[in-house]
Amino acid sequence: MPTQRHWREIPQRYRLEASYCERCDQYFLPPRLICPRCKGRDLKTKNLSRKGKILTYTIIRVPPQTQELKTPYPVAIVETADGARVFCQVCDCDLEELKTGQEVEIVFREVMREGRTGVIMYGYKVRPV
Amino acid sequence: MRDVAIIGCGMIRFGELWRKSLRTMFVEAALRALDDAGVDRIDGIYVGSMSSGLFVGQEHLGPLMADYLGLVPAPAVRIESACASGGIALRQGFLDIASGNSEVILVGGVEKMTDSDAVTDALAAAADQEYEVFHGVTFPGLYAMIARAHMERYGTKREDLALIAVKNHKNGALNPNAHFQREITVDQVLASSLVADPLRLLDCSPVSDGAACVVLASLDWAKDNGKNPVRISASVVATDTLALYQRNDLTTLNAVKESAVKALSQSGKSIEDIDLAEVHDCFTIAEIVVSEDLGFFKKGEGGRAVRDGLTTIEGKIPINPSGGLKAKGHPVGATGVAQAVEAYLQLTGRAERRQVKNARVGLIQNMGGSGASSVVHIMEVV
Repeated sequence: MPTQRHWREIPQRYRLEASYCERCDQYFLPPRLICPRCKGRDLKTKNLSRKGKILTYTIIRVPPQTQELKTPYPVAIVETADGARVFCQVCDCDLEELKTGQEVEIVFREVMREGRTGVIMYGYKVRPV
Repeated sequence: MRDVAIIGCGMIRFGELWRKSLRTMFVEAALRALDDAGVDRIDGIYVGSMSSGLFVGQEHLGPLMADYLGLVPAPAVRIESACASGGIALRQGFLDIASGNSEVILVGGVEKMTDSDAVTDALAAAADQEYEVFHGVTFPGLYAMIARAHMERYGTKREDLALIAVKNHKNGALNPNAHFQREITVDQVLASSLVADPLRLLDCSPVSDGAACVVLASLDWAKDNGKNPVRISASVVATDTLALYQRNDLTTLNAVKESAVKALSQSGKSIEDIDLAEVHDCFTIAEIVVSEDLGFFKKGEGGRAVRDGLTTIEGKIPINPSGGLKAKGHPVGATGVAQAVEAYLQLTGRAERRQVKNARVGLIQNMGGSGASSVVHIMEVV
C-alpha cells in the first residue's frame, strides 16, 4: 500500500475523527460530506467516544493472504456510546469469553504490517472492559 | 419500454478448469448460447466480470470477447458490480433492448479464479477496503457476523445452515454443469474446518472457474423469427451501504428487499406467483436471509423453512434447483448469468432430472459484497 494512502486515514485511525450531523444526532466513521439521512451538508468533525459494546463478531480462522496476521483473531461490529458504528479487531481477550453485548473500549494498536519491508500500520482496536 | 425475452442459453461446467483460459471459457459458453438461440445476428455484448484484473491481470473484456467471437466491430462492454456483475450485465442487456436501441444482445458472465494465488484478497475488494478489509476481515467473516446476529436474534440453528448446503448439493448432483455433483451430509458440514465462526468450509461457495451466457431479443423479434422466448417481466437493481457495519439491522439485507418489492411490482406478480427461485447463496446464511428478504418467508423463519423442506425441488417454493452457488460453483462474474440460464432451462422444461413441475414464473436474485448491491429478475413463460 502506498504510504500516502495510509497517511490520509490517520485522523480517523489515530484520533477517531468522525463527522457529526447535528440535525440527525448521528456520527459517521469514516467521515462523510453529506448526511445520508437528511442530506444536510453542514457536518461537524468530532471525536468518537471510546466506550462501546459488541453488536456481533466472528473469529477469523482463514486470514486474507496479503496481510501478515496471526490467526485466529476476533473482529467485531461495535456501537459506541454516542451511537456510532465502528468495525475492528478485538484484542486482549479470551476467545472463549467473547460475547454479543460485551462492553469494550477503543484502544490504539498496530493493526497490520505489509511484509518485512512494508509499512507498519496503526489504528484502533477494541478490548473488553 | 419494449418487452424483452431470453431466446437461448449456454454455459460450461463450472469447476477448476486449469486447461481453459478466461477467453476460451467465455467463447465456449457464448457459442452454446448462440447455437441454442439459433441467431446469426448480435447487436451488442455485455460481459459481467467481477475482477478479471485482480484474478488474471486482464481488463477490457468487451473487445476481447467480441474479438474471439468474431463479432468485432459490435459494441461490447464489461460490467462490474462485485458478485452481482453477471446479474447487472443481464440488466444492461435488458435495458439496451427495452429502450429500442438493439434487437438481439449477447449477455455473458465469466471469471477465472483458480489462476490466482490471492483469491480471498481479490474478493475482499468488494468490501470497504479502508474500513473493513484493513481490519483483517474476509467475506466469510462478514457473512459469519450476519449469521451470528441472525442466530442470536431469531434462534436460527447451526444445523439449519448445514441443511442449506445439504439441499444445494443434492440439487447440484442432478446438474451436469455443477462444480460439485455429489451429495453431502449435515455431519460432514458440521465436521468441516472453521473458516470464520460459526461458518465452516462447507458453508462457503467454492472458488470456481466458469462462464455462462444468454441471448436476449425483443419479444416481437423473437416471435417474428420463430424463437422460444421466456419473457423478462422485471429487472431491478438496488443498493445499500457498502460496509456491513453501517447498517441499522445486521440481519436484513435492504437492497434485497428493495429489489424484490420493486421487481414484483414491475411484473405485476405477488411472491406467491413465483414457481422457483435461484438466489445468491454465497454462504449458507445468505440463502436463509435472502429467502426472507425476498418475501418467501417471514423474517426469522428462513431457517425453519429449510428444516421443514419447503425449498427442495418438490417443495412449496424450490430454491436453487441448480445447486446454487454452493454446489454449482461460484465463478463470481458468471454467477448471475448462470442463474438466468437455470431459469430459462426450467421455464422451457429442459432442466431434466432437476425439473421443477409446472414452472411458469421464475425469480433470480444475484448480489454483490455483503448485500450492497442486489439485482432481481422475474421471468415468465409467454
